[in-house]
Amino acid sequence: MPDKFKFAFMPSASCGGCEIAIVDIDEVILKVAELADIVYWPTALDFKDHHLEALPDGSITVGFFNGAVRNDHDVHHAKLLRQKSAFVVAFGACAQMGGIPSLGNFWTTEELAHRMYDTVPSVNNPEGTRPQLKYDAPEGELTLPRAMDRAYALDQVIDVDYYLPGCPPQVKWIVAAVEAVASGELPPKGTVIAGTKAVCDECPRERSEEKQVTEFKRIHLVENDPEKCLLEQGIMCCGPATRDGCEAACVTAGQACRGCFGPTDNVNDMGAKLASAIASITVADAQEEADRILGHLDDPAGYFYRFGLAKSMLGVQRGEFKPEAE
Amino acid sequence: MVRLTINDQPVEVEEGTTVLEACTAAAIEVPTLCSVPFLEPHGACRMCTVNVSYNGTFSLTTACTVQAAEGMRVVTDDDDVRAARKVVLELLLARAPDAEVLHDLAREYGVEKSRFAVEPPEEEAESEAGPKKCILCGLCYRVCEQRVQAYAIGLVQRGADAEIAPPFGRPSDNCLACGACASVCPTGAITAVDRLGREIVHDELTLASNSAIRIPIKQAVPNVPYVDKTECIHFTQAEKGLDACRVCEDICPKEAIDLDAEEEEIELEVGTLIVATGFQTFDPRRIAEMGYGYLPNVVSSLEFEVMMRADGLTEGEALMEDGGKPGSIAILHCIGSRDKNYNRYCSRVCCMYSLKFAHLLKEKTDAEVFQFYIDMRTFGKGYEEFYDRLLDEGVFFVRGRGAEVTNVAERPEEEGKLIVCCEDTLIGAYRRVPVDMVVLATGLEPRADAQEVRRTFGIGCGAEGFFQEKHAKLAPVSTTTDGVFLAGACQGPKDIPDAVAQGSAAASQALALMDKGLVEIEPITAVIDEDVCCGCKICIGLCPYTAISFDEEKGASVVNDVLCKGCGTCVAACTTGAANQRHFKNEQLLAEIEGVLS
Repeated sequence: MPDKFKFAFMPSASCGGCEIAIVDIDEVILKVAELADIVYWPTALDFKDHHLEALPDGSITVGFFNGAVRNDHDVHHAKLLRQKSAFVVAFGACAQMGGIPSLGNFWTTEELAHRMYDTVPSVNNPEGTRPQLKYDAPEGELTLPRAMDRAYALDQVIDVDYYLPGCPPQVKWIVAAVEAVASGELPPKGTVIAGTKAVCDECPRERSEEKQVTEFKRIHLVENDPEKCLLEQGIMCCGPATRDGCEAACVTAGQACRGCFGPTDNVNDMGAKLASAIASITVADAQEEADRILGHLDDPAGYFYRFGLAKSMLGVQRGEFKPEAE
Repeated sequence: MVRLTINDQPVEVEEGTTVLEACTAAAIEVPTLCSVPFLEPHGACRMCTVNVSYNGTFSLTTACTVQAAEGMRVVTDDDDVRAARKVVLELLLARAPDAEVLHDLAREYGVEKSRFAVEPPEEEAESEAGPKKCILCGLCYRVCEQRVQAYAIGLVQRGADAEIAPPFGRPSDNCLACGACASVCPTGAITAVDRLGREIVHDELTLASNSAIRIPIKQAVPNVPYVDKTECIHFTQAEKGLDACRVCEDICPKEAIDLDAEEEEIELEVGTLIVATGFQTFDPRRIAEMGYGYLPNVVSSLEFEVMMRADGLTEGEALMEDGGKPGSIAILHCIGSRDKNYNRYCSRVCCMYSLKFAHLLKEKTDAEVFQFYIDMRTFGKGYEEFYDRLLDEGVFFVRGRGAEVTNVAERPEEEGKLIVCCEDTLIGAYRRVPVDMVVLATGLEPRADAQEVRRTFGIGCGAEGFFQEKHAKLAPVSTTTDGVFLAGACQGPKDIPDAVAQGSAAASQALALMDKGLVEIEPITAVIDEDVCCGCKICIGLCPYTAISFDEEKGASVVNDVLCKGCGTCVAACTTGAANQRHFKNEQLLAEIEGVLS
């Protein structure tokens, strides 16, 4: 090994959970440190943009990017990381598919701002004050990044080499990714580093061949049978449509799968697939009956597109991203 | 084998055969009253007395208790034998002067009057319970012990006081009321009757619809009897851990009956299938206001049909529960049909069978017949003419659905009658019609297991639950699964001519396919990528052709190419994208859309 590898961890529009996941690898972090220098990790140390900018292009072995791309500063970060890294890994569901921030794509940025600064119950803003992009303070000009029209997944902004799915990514797959880099046995570009089937494949619950749902129930309102398929019990579980690799962690713990690993390779719109499957297993003789049953799904967009709206066919309908125009 | 001579005729029989059986085998008649082939010989009546010479000795003895032996000489009808039988008859007549069978024999043997007869005192003869017919042959308690194994009756007392009775003269809890004793009694001393005094043993109705071993209907295919386990003595007693009866097994000359036979699954490899699983009748108990099940003399159409059968219990007569003949009968149409609460469809056959009932009643009885109908649907060939004929026969047609059947009288003339309430829509009035008997014209329903059958054969069901034909007009006997055809009422209510026509059509379609020897299958089918399939099994229950099964080994669902019609249901429902439609993959569809929109 001529030189130590160089890793960079770039946070973006995210909750911070992905950063916690990195720390969550426990003592393996020591092996990582042995293997590589962490040259950029603003969450852990006081790194600034100019530190990254000062590095030679392509000098970082792997740049891990977590969070969705929501504002022009995120775009700058993404492009900068791409420029400085040999490999870029979309780390976590937000970077991979837009994640929770992309659920905002159902509204325009103006609608979201109106909600945030005017109508949220905890906001008292009678003058309609809004954050300004520029402000001349006595100490000098202050700037804020500008929000774009919507949230984007990382690969809609820059070229991405690998994906580590999950909300947050699981330790075993992070370790697998690091080990792949260390050993030099890299998978083909574009690989999602997780399973290839769906969560049902790992799910220990018993599934019957007759899935017929006549009522959907929210999981906290019922005592679910731990032996039986959640969907068959009328609980909205995304397991059948979600890539496996998590060892059915949520389902084993009695919680329905939320779909954070995203779709399998064969599916280009996870939400549409889920909607279609749910409609297929709903048993109703008449339209009113079907409406009643499906009416129990109080937030279909949230269930079907919780993590993947930016990458869905719905999510791109507002036009292709043009970074130049931003 | 054993060789003997009977009346100088050489006879060869198997070892262990009794002389009586040897005589029967040689077609030599020997009178007997206490011998049946399925009970141990008893030698009770002594009528089969014959002269047997064997090993230099000879004696008069009962043929049923002596085993045939090598070199035995038997004489069945000489003066000695006749004299002996005459004495036997005189003795039997002394005990059972009212047994007709004895009188027949007495005439044959020249007995004019029993020398031993004891004339009972006048007053005693009148106070006696019934005619004296029992000859103490023991058949009744022997069959009860040896075959039925109920031990409900036995021989009690001795000598002249001996009689057949249950223990301590009280009705026995062990008695099954099977009627075996009555059916074997040679003199008619025992009768088995129901609570209305009607005989329940009908020797003349062997294999009829009320026997434990029966031919279900005269037109049954194959026309062979079957054993009704709920009625059969053997199976009733088997519940108590007994191995009883088996008379049918023993006496069947072809040894065709095996009561120990168990249901078995037979696998047949076939190329075509005709589903003809039929219908079930609507259970009129579901409409409580019709009174069925708790009001007397309210019967379903099928029960009435059985009553009208010439070989049925009532010998074709309409009888009320107390055995009386009804003076007026109401037939209520559309029970469970054309009714939003039950089945919305018309059952098609009820109008015509109700007219047939009315016609039979008018032909056989003087009863008044009322028909309560919504409207008459006499659509078939010759049906309208039959309806016209009924109008002339004096049947009362009331246009109004029977709303309620009650026995609560509001007027004196309704006392003790069933009252049919309805709105007569022709005169626009509410009517109460008192009648003696009500027949409910129950409709046709899909069988309770129709959904299971549907899944088994991969065919569809309509909203009512009848199997779906491929096309209402152009493919009325085909289904969406090639090689599976429909016939009869499983596809929808229909009468016999229609069912026969459809059956013939289905048969010829099946033949056409068999003649061709191959089926054409869809080129555009679904295929499931086993490397991607997660085994959620959503697709399996959805496939209308049952073309998908789960391969436990691979942990994936598998499409049967022959059954798949390429409908794409599984593809739409597949959440992992494992299922794809050949020629209609996602990428292909998206490319097409892009092409159209560009």
